[in-house]
Amino acid sequence: MPMKIGEKPFFGRVDDALEKTFMRTAMASAQDRLRGRKLDATVRDEQIGDWEEWRSAGEEIRRHTLENLDYYLNQLSENFSRKGGHVYFADTAEDATRYIQEVAKKKNAKKVTKAKSMVTEEIGLNEALEEIGCQVFETDLAEYILQIDDHDRPSHIVVPSLHKNKEQIRDTFRDKAGYTGTEEPRELTAFARSQLREVFLEADIGITGCNFAVAESGTISLVTNEGNANMVTTYPDTQISVMGMERLVPTWEELDVMVNLLSRSAVGQKITTYVTNLTPQLEENSVDAPKEFHLVILDAGRSNALGTEFQSALHCIRCAACVNVCPVYRHIGGHAYGSIYQGPIGAVLSPILGGYDEYGELPFASSLCAACSEACPVRIPLHEQLIRHRENYVAQKGKMSEKLAMKAFGIGASTPSLFQGAVKGLPAIMKPLVKDDGISSGPGPMKLWTAVREFPVPEKNNFRSWFKSHKQEGES
Amino acid sequence: MEEWMEMKVSLFITCLAEMFYQDVAKDVVEVLERLGCDVDFPRGQICCGQPAYNSGYRKDAQKAARQMIRSFEHSEFIVTPSGSCAAMFKEYPELFKEEPEWRKRAEALANKTYEFTQFIVNVLHIEDVGAVYPASATYHTSCHMIRLLKETDAPFRLLKNVKGLELLPLENSYDCCGFGGTFAVKMAPISEQMVDEKIRHVEASAATLLIAADNGCLMNIKGRIDRKGKPIEVKHIAQILNTRVEGRK
Ligand code: SF4
Repeated sequence: MPMKIGEKPFFGRVDDALEKTFMRTAMASAQDRLRGRKLDATVRDEQIGDWEEWRSAGEEIRRHTLENLDYYLNQLSENFSRKGGHVYFADTAEDATRYIQEVAKKKNAKKVTKAKSMVTEEIGLNEALEEIGCQVFETDLAEYILQIDDHDRPSHIVVPSLHKNKEQIRDTFRDKAGYTGTEEPRELTAFARSQLREVFLEADIGITGCNFAVAESGTISLVTNEGNANMVTTYPDTQISVMGMERLVPTWEELDVMVNLLSRSAVGQKITTYVTNLTPQLEENSVDAPKEFHLVILDAGRSNALGTEFQSALHCIRCAACVNVCPVYRHIGGHAYGSIYQGPIGAVLSPILGGYDEYGELPFASSLCAACSEACPVRIPLHEQLIRHRENYVAQKGKMSEKLAMKAFGIGASTPSLFQGAVKGLPAIMKPLVKDDGISSGPGPMKLWTAVREFPVPEKNNFRSWFKSHKQEGES
Repeated sequence: MEEWMEMKVSLFITCLAEMFYQDVAKDVVEVLERLGCDVDFPRGQICCGQPAYNSGYRKDAQKAARQMIRSFEHSEFIVTPSGSCAAMFKEYPELFKEEPEWRKRAEALANKTYEFTQFIVNVLHIEDVGAVYPASATYHTSCHMIRLLKETDAPFRLLKNVKGLELLPLENSYDCCGFGGTFAVKMAPISEQMVDEKIRHVEASAATLLIAADNGCLMNIKGRIDRKGKPIEVKHIAQILNTRVEGRK
């Protein structure tokens, strides 16, 4: 499955990540930087007024759109087709790649350029195109770095190469592409640009993702900084855009709000360098529009969430604000999630798209600190959705021992006499474990606690009796 | 004080404090009384049910919740020294969303629940409790208090007025300490990294005392500090507030 990263089980991946102390320091400082930039462009930016009002607007727009998804998808598709574009609704990742392969074959395409897109990563488009003999060129700098590094996988939805620092990038460029310069970002970028210049001119097909599609006009909107998307969409005669079926807005007015939310939350910019809006245009006088424009609208598990408690996960605009504040992501990085969608949104979305067999641990990889829900510009209650996933997961795949323990908890927590018995019995039960006023190792699940920390020593005295005599003293 | 109506306050002590941190529990009672509250202790109370709820066991959590709703039905105010457990009470209406009768009772419970510092500052309108505690300290904001209860201010207002207490800023104070209930054991290797980073920041603050308002976080951070033998004291805010002269009651 192309969405998946790595073959190891979850804890194996976590161990691998934790061993890379170097990667972790880099992640933590990148996270602090991204988080700070976002705050400067949102809550701390006085020009935009109350950020909470922007969030409410964003939430409202996304909810309205998803509640009327059929209607707007239909409108988008009609408008896109009316202007000469081709729309294809793909139920599965395979449907999408098959359709794109067919287009490529018909065009006899040899070279394909791509702008940054997570959804094409999700469907494994590069592999599918290489299979039929196309050469695929990632033109976004971060994606380019990963591609030449033997198809390394993305570790962040906005900055896919976040796990690499400039020295590592320099080495990759040296080893794989004959680079001879330094680790100066400017120099590295100039090198990548020079490598890609030719490719842009020779490409037969340009492929992009889609940040938002505007239903009222049949327009694909790309929110970018490098300008490569403009090259990808102007040189080749054929363009293909792939979008998740939820990534649309009704009109340009809502697009305005959403682009603001996205630019500010993702990269801390008031607006990105480019916001490229592409509508099929088949008039003779349009010189730079592609002659053929395909729009692939992908379901691939998204409709599983419609009408369920997870519907609002489809409100996501992939800004990574939740990833940038997640203390778990901070330490384990992106690859440990085993999915191209990482961090809190990854832990919510990956099981929806890929199921609990593959991604069942992810909802548990959270301390439920709710930093994600607080950061999300469209107010997706991410930490609550993680709990909903846990509920589904334990109902389907929960361990008997845990179920029994929780049942016992439920009984204990609703029977005062049992609880009091436990409170009174606890010091005696734990007494053998107490050494030097502390508990440093315990049996069973306690072992997992004491492997890391001391366990507190239970109180010998009874609080309730203290309280009773305390009250009596007060009265007398 | 005479003309005030004595506030009737029901203490929800939390299972953790009852089992492991009775000093904190006693301090909470004494501070509230000193501030003019008549404190009672509903005897049916056990645990808010969060361990089951957060692990995905809704039904078992409901059992705990019903017991709590019954126990505090007649209370005027419920006060608890844990932002996290208070937030769980506020979650009860969601927990009973399919049972209108219980939902109503859950809402009533949620509406009268306050975290300890929040109650002192926002209901009693007191910011200086007259405490004295000479120390260089830093404060750990617990996630559920700031993000679920949305109480970011009350503990700081109270600590600012503690005589002799120097409050130092804590870097990345918004990051979770890695407790997360069962997360601490289910995801032990990740939790360990989180608590270690928290301790590094505490050390960098130069404080010799760490204060927090949630026993869950404290149990985690203190447990790790003790394991590593770090010379940092860890205390619940009630222990600081219940002092009159030089850190003594
Ligand atoms: S869930 Fe919210 S914060 Fe996270 S990527 Fe999506 S829109 Fe951004």
